[in-house]
Amino acid sequence: MAENLPVKLYEQIPHTADLALKVYGPDLKGLFENAAFGMFDIILEKEGPVSGKKVKIEVSAPDEGTLLIDWLNELLYVYRETRSSLGGFSVNSVTSTWVSGTAFTGDKGETGEKKEIKAATYHDVKIRPSGDGLETIIIFDV
Amino acid sequence: MTRAFAGKLEKVDDCKWRIPRTYMDGMRVEGLIYADENMIPGILGDNAPQQVANAAHLPGIVRASIAMPDIHWGYGLPIGGVIATDIDSGGVVTPGGVGYDINCGVRLLRSDISASSASRNIKKLLDTLFSTVPAGVGSTGDIHIGAKQQKEVMVKGAAWVVEKGYGWQSDLENCEENGAIDGADPETVSERALKRARAQLGTLGSGNHFLEIQLVDEIYRPEIAEAFGIKEGMITVMIHTGSRGFGHQICTDYASEMIKLSGKYGISVPDRQLSCVPVKSSHGRDYLGAMRSAANFAWGNRQAITHLVRTSFEKVFGESAASMGMTLVYDVAHNIAKLEKYTVDGKERVLCVHRKGATRAFPPGDEALPARYKASGQPVIIPGDMGRYSYLLAGTSLGGETFYSTCHGAGRCLSRTAAVKAARGRSISGELEGKGIFVRWTGRDTLAEEAPSAYKDVTRVVDVVEKAGISAKVARMKPLGVVKG
Repeated sequence: MAENLPVKLYEQIPHTADLALKVYGPDLKGLFENAAFGMFDIILEKEGPVSGKKVKIEVSAPDEGTLLIDWLNELLYVYRETRSSLGGFSVNSVTSTWVSGTAFTGDKGETGEKKEIKAATYHDVKIRPSGDGLETIIIFDV
Repeated sequence: MTRAFAGKLEKVDDCKWRIPRTYMDGMRVEGLIYADENMIPGILGDNAPQQVANAAHLPGIVRASIAMPDIHWGYGLPIGGVIATDIDSGGVVTPGGVGYDINCGVRLLRSDISASSASRNIKKLLDTLFSTVPAGVGSTGDIHIGAKQQKEVMVKGAAWVVEKGYGWQSDLENCEENGAIDGADPETVSERALKRARAQLGTLGSGNHFLEIQLVDEIYRPEIAEAFGIKEGMITVMIHTGSRGFGHQICTDYASEMIKLSGKYGISVPDRQLSCVPVKSSHGRDYLGAMRSAANFAWGNRQAITHLVRTSFEKVFGESAASMGMTLVYDVAHNIAKLEKYTVDGKERVLCVHRKGATRAFPPGDEALPARYKASGQPVIIPGDMGRYSYLLAGTSLGGETFYSTCHGAGRCLSRTAAVKAARGRSISGELEGKGIFVRWTGRDTLAEEAPSAYKDVTRVVDVVEKAGISAKVARMKPLGVVKG
């Protein structure tokens, strides 16, 4: 019956001052995508766009933990700069030091905004094996 | 996921607890947490002491990795953290010791408005403030500035805003660093940060930022209160905000860069968020140049909001702000790194003092203080939660042991998710109204997340810093009306 259970992609967990998100993924690609979906689930009132204009995001970093945080902060910058809502995150290619992905931009008026995230932080970020996949915890400054 | 601290705190005295260097390999100094016995279970239940120990690894750190009684778990340095590094002994600067909201800080305005008049007009006043001061997630204001003007704000800070007619000369005199720290270098600021600064001058933002109309309900040291222009029954206005997206982007840029530079300088730290470079390196100078630019932007931001607050009061009371005596008591930064001189081991040294969720509290006689505060010591503004109290303290000569630093607020005791859960089915605004406190807010969960029960009792926090002698209680203010972003 276990195969019928919904797969957990991410969950908010308690953090005293800020917000913490536990993210799961079958592999690095899935983990990066789910982290992006989880971050925008915190930010947006409603689900982000699932189609529309695509933006391309490419980031490099010295290791995969730093890369994950830089990927999220790049998405945050694009979100602020384009003043659009973001969704439909897709990672095309990822190594431990480089990631290339896309996101759909949409009308911010349709998704609203409920929470400002100042940044994803590097604090204690570790990508660990979990079951058949990977997991990590990300602390966001809010 | 709040993890309990795995180590043990050793009691030094009634106000201080030590994390010995033996707790963790590589600690260059001990950890020192200011707290009373009753706070210890809460502090141990949170992982913030681990962050105190992590910071003790930073090259050039002197004396101790210190935390104030409002300590709680943050990232990099804990909230309430104070560290100082000797810049001539390889001392480092770390963006993780300042935070993303560079020069988040507080200012306090006094007034001669009577308490009864303020109470009668409180709802009108809040509505006017709410419609005049842009607040909330991604808020933008009416002061749109071009690239040239942005760079001027980065250098001149609050003075630029005053020059444009949004304030008084005395505002600058009564502000930490006179509203602009030297050494800001706009050339070290990224285009990205510049873009994010557009239309954010004069905006409150969201989260724990607020405007609060308060009643001074208790005076502890009348002579100092008089020097601060404060008396019982007086109406004050507190403004809490920072450098907005501009500062966030600068920290993002440099925190990422410093991770990439760690190999170059051969520095190893237990937390990536504490990645750092020597203060006296080109990268250290660049970060400080950019951080100071954001700090000055924040002073400009609080100055612009001060103008909006004064005009709101003028609209409601039909008098000029000057005739209502709405002068600035003081403005303090509580997320910043600054170069200050201290005597350590008998030798005068220039230290890079990082205060993250901690406030500078200079003693009587300090040359950085304006003449009117020379005898009293620096005013220190400590916001509490929106249902209880805030405090005005003064710096003391004993504060040297913490590099003249003290607490910055109440400190959270509940996570935001726990606070929202605890507020389910309740009307926080209704509960506050029952206590005579009126609130205007923007975000859906803001009130629940910022509910009084989510914070420690600020009275307990300031009682510890007073008992420890690192600052002195001067006055207590009770909230009457609050605008939350």
